[in-house]
Amino acid sequence: MSVGEVVRFALRGLSANKLRSALTMLGILIGVAAVILLVAVGNGSAQAVASRIEALGTNTVTVLGTGRGATLTLPIASALSDPVLAPDVASVSPVVSASATLTYDGTDHDVNSFVGTTPGWFTASNTPVGQGAAFTADDEAQGRRVVVIGQTVAEELFPGVDPIDQQVTVGGALFTVIGVLAAKSSTGFQDSNDTAVAPLTAVRQVLTGYGALNSILVEAASPGRVSAVQSQVASILDQRLGVTAGDTAPYRIQNASQLLETQTETADTFTALLGAVAAISLLVGGIGITNIMLVTVTERTREIGIRKALGAPRRTVLTQFLIEATLLSVIGGALGVLAALIGSRFEIVGVRPVIVPSSVALALGVSIAIGLFFGGLPAARAARLRPIDALRYE
Amino acid sequence: MSRPVLDVRDLTKTYGDGPTAVHALRGVTLTVPRGEYLAIMGSSGSGKSTLMNILGALDVPTTGSYRLDGVDVSRLVDRQLALARNRLIGFVFQAFNLIPRTTALANVELPLAYAGIKAKVRRRRALDALDLVGLADRARHEPNQLSGGQQQRVAVARALVTEPALLLADEPTGNLDTRSTEDILDVFDQLSADGRTIVLITHEKEVGDRAGRLIRLVDGQVVTDVRQQAHR
Ligand SMILES: Nc1ncnc2c1ncn2[C@@H]1O[C@H](COP(=O)(O)OP(=O)(O)OP(=O)(O)O)[C@@H](O)[C@H]1O
Ligand SMILES: [Mg+2]
Repeated sequence: MSVGEVVRFALRGLSANKLRSALTMLGILIGVAAVILLVAVGNGSAQAVASRIEALGTNTVTVLGTGRGATLTLPIASALSDPVLAPDVASVSPVVSASATLTYDGTDHDVNSFVGTTPGWFTASNTPVGQGAAFTADDEAQGRRVVVIGQTVAEELFPGVDPIDQQVTVGGALFTVIGVLAAKSSTGFQDSNDTAVAPLTAVRQVLTGYGALNSILVEAASPGRVSAVQSQVASILDQRLGVTAGDTAPYRIQNASQLLETQTETADTFTALLGAVAAISLLVGGIGITNIMLVTVTERTREIGIRKALGAPRRTVLTQFLIEATLLSVIGGALGVLAALIGSRFEIVGVRPVIVPSSVALALGVSIAIGLFFGGLPAARAARLRPIDALRYE
Repeated sequence: MSRPVLDVRDLTKTYGDGPTAVHALRGVTLTVPRGEYLAIMGSSGSGKSTLMNILGALDVPTTGSYRLDGVDVSRLVDRQLALARNRLIGFVFQAFNLIPRTTALANVELPLAYAGIKAKVRRRRALDALDLVGLADRARHEPNQLSGGQQQRVAVARALVTEPALLLADEPTGNLDTRSTEDILDVFDQLSADGRTIVLITHEKEVGDRAGRLIRLVDGQVVTDVRQQAHR
């Protein structure tokens, strides 16, 4: 008997038991799709976290004041760019920020962080300007009232208008828009495009006054030098602020790559958890398949008895039933992958799923193995029986 | 004399063991030469089906030897058994044993498919066989859409379709009315006239009378074995 003939027999067997076939395939489909999608959701959220942190720049260190009073001042910031004491520091950007209302042509828009800083901040913080230009060191020195706005601000205040060279009112003063920041992926709760950046001097003059800096952004010469920079900065600050050993320092140094690590760990745990849930659903799907297959063992064993009595050799019978099981699990699995691919195009609980190829392979592999095993095993057993015993099977 | 098609010696079959053991066959010796038309009669539970299953190479005896066409069946491997069941033997089960949710035509085609015959030839021969048992118009029906008698006739058609040299039929007319019985027996007579060997189990005397030789089983033993003038 030819292979094509056996395949045709298998197809006829499947269509003769439509409900059983459909239920089995559904079980495999759901199991496979669940595994792939859940893992994709976990992976997607991990990547979102990573990109959010990477947006901060991985070779920077942020110094935050924690004590009362003015710990971080401009002289302290300048002290950090010291080629002798801090050779690994590439740039230092003092940062002040305040919430502010921008007004243009009678339209108001509130931004949470109206940032005042030096030009080096744009590269250090990995915030490129998309349109127009950043302000220059000269602008900063002269205290010119120029501002670079975020995408969201541009859309809110200047719908259909080129914002460059327009004037907005901030805190009673006029600022000229000289640039628009390139769009940043914003996956957190805050819109990172809803911001505006202006020279430090101008912002202090108009908005924040001459008190403490909010933070100092220190850029390391390379990502590998971040921890060196961290200790160099710490020793300069300790010296400057008169911190002795044992005191709690009135500042905190945040390291983006440390942040990245802990956050990635959290995300990995999340992925593992989802993966476990998915594995359980695959298992439950597998038990469902097993159940359906076992329920029909009696009937199929009788059928195998008949086929053998009519002169089917064991091999032919086995091949037919294995092809049936393979078709069921492969078609079910393929539909599951398809369902997962379609599902991953939508946001799930606020996360854009990113499919992990190995999860596709794993889910498919497991489901096909289950299908083959529980479809093939009873068939293999029945095929070994004498026809009369197979016919009497109950 | 040519060698017998069936040659059975001291055949016993015991189901189970210990005090609950059932001795279905207690030493049956029987030779059936080529071309014979043999009927087996006996009360219910006398071991007729048990004997038939062994003759059809579907079951194995507990003790005793069975030679099919001169070959010791107990020495055959799966492939050879499959070949014998497919090419040599046509078997009609007492319980029909049609494959569920599969049309009468597909059921009848099945042994031809395992014989490796092309789909077109297969279809024609299966339809011819169904026509022979008067079921050409039911070819597309599935077993659960057929009456008991119709299912039985499909089972007969399936046994005949390969034109086997040996036809083993376990009560092939058990569910049929006189007219259908007559039709089936006419087919058997024709096969017998063509030189095929037929072994048939029956409860009905009129059916037994059609055969050239009649065996009576009681409690797993042959009690009478007579050659007779067949009544046609
Ligand atoms: N699988 C089995 N397990 C145990 N006992 C069995 C089995 N098959 C048959 N028997 C017993 O063997 C004996 C002979 O059974 P068999 O089926 O050969 O009878 P039979 O002559 O065909 O009867 P009937 O005319 O009712 O078909 C019976 O007593 C039956 O109970
Ligand atoms: Mg019987």
